[in-house]
Amino acid sequence: MTTGRFGKYGGQFVPEIVMPVLTELQAAYEKYKDDEDFKAEVRGYLERYAGRPTMLYYAKRLTEHYGGAKIYLKREDLLHTGAHKITNALGQAVLAKRMGKKRVIAETGAGQHGVATATAAALFGMECHVFMGTTDIERQKLNVFRMKLLGAQVIPVSSGTGTLKDATSEAIRYWAAHIEDTHYIIGSAVGPHPYPTIVRDFQSCIGNEIRAQAKKETGGRIDYLLACVGGGSNSIGTFYEFRDDVSVKKIGIEAGGRGEAEGDNAKTLSGTGKPGVLHGAYSYVLQDGDGQIVEAYSLSAGLDYPGVGPEHSYFKDAGIVEYVSVTDQEALGAFRRLSEIEGIIPALESAHALAYLEKLMPKTKKDEVVVLCLSGRGDKDVQMVAKALGEEL
Amino acid sequence: MTRIEKKFAALKDAKKKGLVIYLMAGVPDVKGTIEAVKAVERAGADFIEIGLPFSDPLADGPVIQAAGIRALKGGMTLAGVLELVKELRKFTEIPLIGMGYINNVLHYGAEQFVADAKAAGLDGAILPDVPHEESAALRAICAKQDFRLIEFVTPGTTPERLAQTCESANGFIYAVSVNGVTGEKKIDYSIIGKVARKVREETNVPIAVGFGIGSAEAAVEAAKDADAVIVGSAVVRRLMDGKTKEAEDFVASLRRALDAAY
Repeated sequence: MTTGRFGKYGGQFVPEIVMPVLTELQAAYEKYKDDEDFKAEVRGYLERYAGRPTMLYYAKRLTEHYGGAKIYLKREDLLHTGAHKITNALGQAVLAKRMGKKRVIAETGAGQHGVATATAAALFGMECHVFMGTTDIERQKLNVFRMKLLGAQVIPVSSGTGTLKDATSEAIRYWAAHIEDTHYIIGSAVGPHPYPTIVRDFQSCIGNEIRAQAKKETGGRIDYLLACVGGGSNSIGTFYEFRDDVSVKKIGIEAGGRGEAEGDNAKTLSGTGKPGVLHGAYSYVLQDGDGQIVEAYSLSAGLDYPGVGPEHSYFKDAGIVEYVSVTDQEALGAFRRLSEIEGIIPALESAHALAYLEKLMPKTKKDEVVVLCLSGRGDKDVQMVAKALGEEL
Repeated sequence: MTRIEKKFAALKDAKKKGLVIYLMAGVPDVKGTIEAVKAVERAGADFIEIGLPFSDPLADGPVIQAAGIRALKGGMTLAGVLELVKELRKFTEIPLIGMGYINNVLHYGAEQFVADAKAAGLDGAILPDVPHEESAALRAICAKQDFRLIEFVTPGTTPERLAQTCESANGFIYAVSVNGVTGEKKIDYSIIGKVARKVREETNVPIAVGFGIGSAEAAVEAAKDADAVIVGSAVVRRLMDGKTKEAEDFVASLRRALDAAY
């Protein structure tokens, strides 16, 4: 078996303890990924429980606002639990069930993936532990309570800086100690092989649906594809189908946070990140001059991860996707704009992709088509945004 | 031939079990690490692992995680560890093995790291996030410079992978006693004992059992089918509290128990 490389990126940089279970997962995934019965089961849950396919919505007022290309939004925000994360959580939970695991664990930052995993666990009657940094627990109380309502146990992680990267490390450590009965549902296209491939495969329905829907809506024409990039799951799901289409310009938008200084942004690919190893994969990583991982910052808790999925690193080097960034303030502007113009409150993560329209749209022509992955809805961020805008709730 | 092989040969001649003690570079501080090295050597340690602090140590439990953070806050760097090793080499010939994570090594430059580490006086390195599948390039670099890259086996290592690991192993084989991370806990050492006996069928490279050893009784049990035992958290915990003398006494108790039992 290969150790899963995208160009030179990826691999399995994990303790020996974890190797047997990665091999087991790899074998199980190889067995099921083309199995009709497995695929039908996953598809069944996605269609009748989660709400796939999601709409490709023509944002007429937003299009008129810019006066350039036609803007279409891929409405992942309309999925059950409010973001694209449920697609991967359900897929992996079905896989875990087939592997005979009785417990699933997950890491979470903003809590969206934790909620998605807790939801899938509830649906399948599985035990669920969600690892979450103590700093994030404080920031995302609502999602912590949602997970508890769904029957999951939220395990506070106070090591390191008490955020997503520490929660991920702790989930891997717990997994290493409970490999027999536990499946780790990683939430983004990161981690050791085969995770980046598994998550990408489950999420690539986003791009597949866009392709099919664009045929009807635009005669198949797409000039620009936009998606935000944290760990990179909604973006890899959006871009993968179009990786060989050179006529489709693919742009990944990272969190520029509050500035250029170390620790003030999450610009892993568009800023100062360098190739290195974090959480089992060789990929671009935000790190200091000694190779210590630097904490990422973004107002959006779903984007403040100092690493990125290894396939994105490959896409960057190969020039398949262009990676850019927008700041907290630009994202906040886009958050309000979409709410006011289209009546859609976007997730702060998705607002980063929307903010890039400010830079892109003046360069577009009326006959062109922009498709943007609206990865999640913004209800979870309302409190955070109110605070950022200085409003008392 | 490094100090590691010489020490294992001497232990074999003396019919003694080896004792490997892990210390975190920069804990409690640089001066304290130098004192700790002297103390544990005096107490009967045969080998010392020098922890290279990393911000995100996947294989480590709470004690060594906290020690790493303390060391980093104190300004420890990979280059700083090598400086420390140079200091240690002024007074000791005990085998010294660096234990850290691959990202720091890659950032430093793998080839440069091995050359500088060797020159500073390290005899080898343990990188727990580099399994056999990912270590080929690094193994080649180490082999060229007569530097040991320690490989791992665990109770879950498949026979096929165990054979591959034994084929390329040198220095010693790190046998992880339990599924999980470093830290003191109650463990059934007969399970890793079985693995150690399988390793013995494949290679003559010495076997050191580690993870979880927190008492003299545990050290004796863990040493049964091995050539050496590795103790980390139980020592580091005491050093974190500034109790160097207590750490020394603890290591001495391990030494006495091992010598009495074997």
